[in-house]
Amino acid sequence: MSEASVIDHGYEPSMKDYFDLLKPRVMSLVVFTALVGLLVAPVGVNPFVGFVSVLFIALGAGASGALNMWWDADIDAVMSRTVKRPIPSGRVAPGEALGIGIALSGLSVIMLALAANLLAAALLAFTIFFYAVVYSMWLKRSTPQNIVIGGAAGAFPPMIGWVVATGSVSVEAWLMFMLIFLWTPPHFWALALFMKEDYHKAGVPMLTVTAGHDATRRHIFVYSVLLAIFAVAMGFSSIGGPVFLATAVILNARFMLGCYRIWQRRTPEAQADDYAVERGVFRQSLWYTLLHFTALLADAALKGAGLWSGWV
Amino acid sequence: MIKVEHEIHQRRKGRNMGVGLLLLGMVAIVFGLTVVKVKNLGAIEKFDHVYRPAIDPTIPVTPPVDSE
Repeated sequence: MSEASVIDHGYEPSMKDYFDLLKPRVMSLVVFTALVGLLVAPVGVNPFVGFVSVLFIALGAGASGALNMWWDADIDAVMSRTVKRPIPSGRVAPGEALGIGIALSGLSVIMLALAANLLAAALLAFTIFFYAVVYSMWLKRSTPQNIVIGGAAGAFPPMIGWVVATGSVSVEAWLMFMLIFLWTPPHFWALALFMKEDYHKAGVPMLTVTAGHDATRRHIFVYSVLLAIFAVAMGFSSIGGPVFLATAVILNARFMLGCYRIWQRRTPEAQADDYAVERGVFRQSLWYTLLHFTALLADAALKGAGLWSGWV
Repeated sequence: MIKVEHEIHQRRKGRNMGVGLLLLGMVAIVFGLTVVKVKNLGAIEKFDHVYRPAIDPTIPVTPPVDSE
């Protein structure tokens, strides 16, 4: 959709159209994980500085979303999941999306540097670069491991939240990073299983397209095992605690069981019930990160109240 | 002479209001950050046109003389 054709049909973009460019649902997860990263840190932050920092971390994530939509407008127009996005639906011109993406990227990085510290701002700049350039422009269309490596972009926000508070990257920040990093592949591959036609039509080399469903099912299960081992071990770390450990044991057992059932199924069986198990695991994975990070917060609150003082 | 409002102002009213609110929000954020950062600096005492030996770090502090 060219800029001229947007003007031709006389549609006037609203604030909501521009807001949709920022991928609000992704932003809400970024807000939450960055906030948890900030709150579980052992160093207190002025509430206003914390609020502004999380706001601009989210804005930076939104900016990278706008850049992603600008770059991927051609494939978004082909996939049913993304065809209603602002650019393919003709509500926002590509040039506007690019301008908004660049402007908000710069603004968010500068404001985070002013509000928090230079390291947090540098990490945010790297996250935007990683998502917009490394993932969107390079990996997404060139390798079936696209979301494995690209998942790092979504894993940075809690680390940035931690750095806002402490000023440095430590083991705990990497633990939160790894939890999201290992969660991303089974989450997206479960989606790709029941959206296979979309990626196929768009020519995106998702694992489902290049290696087939059976290989993807095996990959999902293997990642769920790695994720479970990591998550339960994280329960014994300095940011873990009884709530996180209990949450990790229950959620990972359920998640692994779901992924095991995905692995055991074959495509005809899945088609017969319209990918019910795959859809179920995908929905479960949405709750997975939310509940794990809530558990981190709960353990931090227990520590703050003096009810928990760590494993040793 | 009173000019008739151009139709584009009406059409873009929601957007313009939105941009206005965002700019106001930005002003509030910068102002708030300034207040927080300045408060965190602690007490500031500097020379104001007149040299004050009492706050010159190069001059050693002399202990108070015992009046007894």
